[in-house]
Amino acid sequence: MTVIVDYRAGNLTSVKLAFAALGEPVEVTNDPAKVRAASRVVFPGVGAARSAMENLRDLGLVDTVKEAATDGRPFLGICLGMQILFAHSEEDGGVDTLGVLPGQVRRFPSVPGCKVPEIGWNQVNATNWESRHLGGAEYYFVHSYYAELGPWTFGKTEYAGIEFTSMVKQGRMWACQFHPEKSGRVGLELLKGWLAC
Amino acid sequence: MLTKRIIPCLDVRDGRVTKGVKFKNNIDLGDPVEMAVAYSEGGADELVFYDITASAERRPTDIGMVAAVAESIRIPFAVGGGVSDVGDMERVILAGAEKVSVNSLAVRNPQIIADGAREFGAQCVVLGMDPVKSDNPKCPSGYEITTRGFREFTGMDAVEWAKRAVDLGAGEIVVNSVDADGTRAGFELTITKLIAEAVPVPVVASGGAGQPSHLADAFNLAHADAAIVAGMIHTGDWTIAQIKEELAAAGIPVRKVW
Repeated sequence: MTVIVDYRAGNLTSVKLAFAALGEPVEVTNDPAKVRAASRVVFPGVGAARSAMENLRDLGLVDTVKEAATDGRPFLGICLGMQILFAHSEEDGGVDTLGVLPGQVRRFPSVPGCKVPEIGWNQVNATNWESRHLGGAEYYFVHSYYAELGPWTFGKTEYAGIEFTSMVKQGRMWACQFHPEKSGRVGLELLKGWLAC
Repeated sequence: MLTKRIIPCLDVRDGRVTKGVKFKNNIDLGDPVEMAVAYSEGGADELVFYDITASAERRPTDIGMVAAVAESIRIPFAVGGGVSDVGDMERVILAGAEKVSVNSLAVRNPQIIADGAREFGAQCVVLGMDPVKSDNPKCPSGYEITTRGFREFTGMDAVEWAKRAVDLGAGEIVVNSVDADGTRAGFELTITKLIAEAVPVPVVASGGAGQPSHLADAFNLAHADAAIVAGMIHTGDWTIAQIKEELAAAGIPVRKVW
């Protein structure tokens, strides 16, 4: 069973509808036992890093999510669900996050002509991806913070003069800063690819 | 590079998409879900629906329509009209809309912006505004906010209102000009630019798009981040792909139509 982790970090309707469009049954849950038993785990999230971490702790999901992201099961982090996989975020004066990946999450600088949050469609560039769709196709982003580049970077994107990690793909652990569930046809193809991995 | 968004606007009256000039002479254009799918597949970057009769009829937004649209398309869309409190916003968002647009309601009750942003995140709360040129001394920008479909003048300065709304938590501002609305003679660039330069959040130009060069002007001259189109595509005079082709040729970054 594919589960979507519900830790009160934003609205899950679009994620559910995207999997429904692909004919994939999903269960939305905040029950650690169900997440542990799941064959595939989707970890979405919109909002602030600190409250997301607090919610995960309150629900007893911290270790469960870390495990799901590292034990070889297909895992998909989306937006804030990708950011908090990293070790630390500058958000809310600095928050230690899950630390599945060693990098830092930082706030976009204030640059004339570049609004923060970044809202809209931006290119994702990945060099070693079999699909044409990560060779510069645009995906839908909404975010004020970004994960720095590092050995974990699979897809990268440029905004406000900064190149950041827009996608991580380590075996079956995938994570994206953009919203595949709202990225039209290319987003659905990405989800389909993840369901096949 | 972040692309400039092209956003078709669908005015919905009694379950049908309609188009009028300056809110009058409405004609039937089609079914909202069918049109949403067609525009989404045609390359629209986002959609906005206004349930234009909801507030006048004192009824909530047509949630059935919002849910049907959400099931049918995989791009973001915003919904306005018929929202009177945070509970209404929540129903629209849970039905699958990415954003809720508030306009007259926010003028009457600015706290709705703060409450919505706290509850759902600033990215969900769009402030729509209807500024008109004004020599009211209370409006130093030269533009005054109107409400209720441009029928009431508020004495509020458009630029001051935009800044205040962002301080309260609005994540995006749609600047809709009555003088340009439905004319297809180009956006009102002056107020769009004043607001785009005054606030740190994305600004959407609205009202007056008739040809691709109007969008190019909104992006290049008024520094808008997105532009709303209606009549120029509803009539079939232009497709979104054609608009994007022209914008790309003018050096403006647009999302490719896959």
